[in-house]
Amino acid sequence: MSVSVRIPTILRTYTGGAAEVSAEGATLAEVIDSLEKAYPGIAARLLDDTGKLRRFVNVYVNDDDVRFADGLETATADGASVSVIPAVAGGC
Amino acid sequence: MATPTIAHTPVSPGAFGVAVALSCRECGERYDLGPKFACEFCFGPLEVAYDFSGGVTREQIAAGPNNIWRYAGLLPVPADVAARPNLNPGFTKLVEARNLGRELGIRELYVKDDSGNPTHSFKDRVVAIAVEAARNFGFTTLSCSSTGNLAGAVGAAAARAGLRSCVFIPSDLEAGKVVTAAAYGGELVAIEGNYDEVNRFCSELIGDEAGEGWGFVNVNLRPYYGEGSKTLAYEIAEQHGWRIPEQIVIPIASGSQLTKIDKGFRELIKLGLVEDTPYKIFGAQAEGCSPVSAAWKAGHDVIRPVKPNTIAKSLAIGNPADGPYVLDVCKRTGGAVEDVNDEQVVEAIKLLARTEGIFGETAGGVTVGCLKKLVETGQLDPEASTVVLNTGDGLKTLDAIEATTGATATIRPSLDAFRAAGLA
Repeated sequence: MSVSVRIPTILRTYTGGAAEVSAEGATLAEVIDSLEKAYPGIAARLLDDTGKLRRFVNVYVNDDDVRFADGLETATADGASVSVIPAVAGGC
Repeated sequence: MATPTIAHTPVSPGAFGVAVALSCRECGERYDLGPKFACEFCFGPLEVAYDFSGGVTREQIAAGPNNIWRYAGLLPVPADVAARPNLNPGFTKLVEARNLGRELGIRELYVKDDSGNPTHSFKDRVVAIAVEAARNFGFTTLSCSSTGNLAGAVGAAAARAGLRSCVFIPSDLEAGKVVTAAAYGGELVAIEGNYDEVNRFCSELIGDEAGEGWGFVNVNLRPYYGEGSKTLAYEIAEQHGWRIPEQIVIPIASGSQLTKIDKGFRELIKLGLVEDTPYKIFGAQAEGCSPVSAAWKAGHDVIRPVKPNTIAKSLAIGNPADGPYVLDVCKRTGGAVEDVNDEQVVEAIKLLARTEGIFGETAGGVTVGCLKKLVETGQLDPEASTVVLNTGDGLKTLDAIEATTGATATIRPSLDAFRAAGLA
């Protein structure tokens, strides 16, 4: 399963400045593992010490916030688009 | 670690007044003042840190203009801020609400009426600070994701400051919000989606070259922008005779305003401008978008996002960025978070209008409705001094009450008709 992942500005040091990279995996957890292999250190930015998504990280698979789906177990079909976005935005 | 940042003009000394750094609210990591909003290590929100060692006195504040710039020494703005082209919002009325207080059984009640701002909502406060940051960073386009009020505030402030504006709103907003936002002549882009989707789009745009040179007031300028809400705390305390009210009821959308009012009160105490008296902060949500209230009632410290469904569209943020901090503040101060349904929102809009002559928007209805519920359920002390916020103008959300509000009689222009209708 090959998916494309949009990387937010603050994580682009890990991807050599790339805003979009490809990764492998049938679930979000596997996609993050795959990112970690290619870009060591990036998983610790997305996950906390207990292995859960950090509370200020939003991840979307296609157009769906994974918190409304199955979190890290959300399926990532071949060709899916994953977006990582800082949650601290908007409102007032 | 070197991190790619958004290109911006180097910041000149004094451009941000006594602000000295950005600091992560989660892990404490510090950064130079720049157009950043999330911590590189934990994604936590960055906020402005100050060096207040020079002190600020009540006299200095009183000698300032009758707008938020009287508190310039407490904000991330240059000393000459009042001389720059800006909408100069703030110093709105703190109305002693005797009639509403009597009706609700509250002894000492005030309404902080922020519909008196230049574009009729509290958003002018936060945008005023963001405009100064945008200028300092050399940005030429001012932008935001908005539920309506902010779009208007950004459009107007950009017009005054001579900046280009391009703002993004959900496509299902109230007509009053759309028209008042469009009137200022900038780009107004309606996105087919809810606010959280608009917000996500803006976060992606900012990471793309298409968004280069753009100052998004509530994304890359968010640490500065949020500080504008502190001025509500400063004004309430000053207008209340340099005393912090014992209780305050504040609407929650992202939750930023509530946490910044708390920050403002704490700064006043630290600077010795007010006595260190206890205060309780209460948060108000609409039932159709109440993720913070739900977490509060369930005793959780994590917010579960929701898909909003309420007439209070200015508060319809299903994934509130500052929600966890709202829970912290309400817990620390001994307050609470409450919610009311749409019917109660409409009743509360009418109650505020009928008793105090203040026509609030739906967010005001949420806050006054929650105030009523908090008293009725014994969560709020009716004997303590209390302030409730009206953050916007009812003229922008006429749709909320037009079905149940209108002419009370229609007659021919004659005294006979007047008498026949039982009006004499």
